[in-house]
Amino acid sequence: MKRWIMVVPLMVFLLLAVVLYKGLFLKPDELPSAMIGKPFPAFSLASVQGERTLSRADLLGRPALVNVWGTWCPSCKVEHPYLNQLAEQGVVIHGINYKDDNAAALKWLAEFHNPYQLGIRDEQGTLGLDLGVYGAPETFLIDAQGVIRYRHVGVVDATVWREQLAPLYQGLVDEARP
Amino acid sequence: MKRWLAALVLGLGIGNLAQAAIDTYQFADEAERERYRELTKELRCPKCQNQDIADSNAPIAADLRREIFRMLGEGKSNQQIIDFMVDRYGDFVRYKPALNGRTWLLWFGPGVLLAGGFVVLAVIVRRRRGQAVGDDDRLSVEERERLAKLLDREQNHD
Repeated sequence: MKRWIMVVPLMVFLLLAVVLYKGLFLKPDELPSAMIGKPFPAFSLASVQGERTLSRADLLGRPALVNVWGTWCPSCKVEHPYLNQLAEQGVVIHGINYKDDNAAALKWLAEFHNPYQLGIRDEQGTLGLDLGVYGAPETFLIDAQGVIRYRHVGVVDATVWREQLAPLYQGLVDEARP
Repeated sequence: MKRWLAALVLGLGIGNLAQAAIDTYQFADEAERERYRELTKELRCPKCQNQDIADSNAPIAADLRREIFRMLGEGKSNQQIIDFMVDRYGDFVRYKPALNGRTWLLWFGPGVLLAGGFVVLAVIVRRRRGQAVGDDDRLSVEERERLAKLLDREQNHD
């Protein structure tokens, strides 16, 4: 009998073990965004505060985080103080108030502070749909030209910011600087 | 009689409740309804990942159903509707993913494994057959002498 054939089951086992072990740390509920590298979709929606009409052009010029939120979303409440903190540090954050009641959104912003430079009112979820949003909170990172560079599904906290978003954001800020 | 009637009414009520979760759309014709059914079965809910969007009660699934209905009304083809979804949610939303560089393993992997199994089987069968022909069942002279000795010994023991 050939010797090598005896190690085949062991090799198969090890391979399977590695694959399954890696599988333990996958997050299948965090879908990769199909929008990475694509321009932020065009839209024409009212603002949350005031009576402005916002469009894609309003987002251009500076790299920014675009945060999808709603008052119906408990995780958004968890996330909100950290967004306030980031905004205070000078990070540009825009908000998409996704499938929400505008009065509730206004109350929320008055109560918990408003970290958003622009508040987009997406009551029907049309912009969310064009962005491939499937829940809240989701946070997109766009560059100065309005191209989507990254998406984070779920709460942005200090760890997520430090490990995922901050390096990319800083890179884009440096890139945009003449 | 009254009790039966009450049960009937209650039963109908429950039926209506169950139906309330399903949105009601008016289709132009039977073909369009069929296409709607087909599409909502083939597209997967991004939120509740093991359900198609026809089955799911997630708000996002309802939105996607509404979009499909809207696009059917606009006369879009099935392919256009699927492309619309894939552009936004990625290949993930298709239960029948398109054949491309990233999905060929998914499509052909099982076939390749099956073929591999047959190859291994064929090799083993052929090798066994070869051995059967090559190995003489009859004992050599030496072996026969050894056997005779062993048998002798057995008999002497008795």
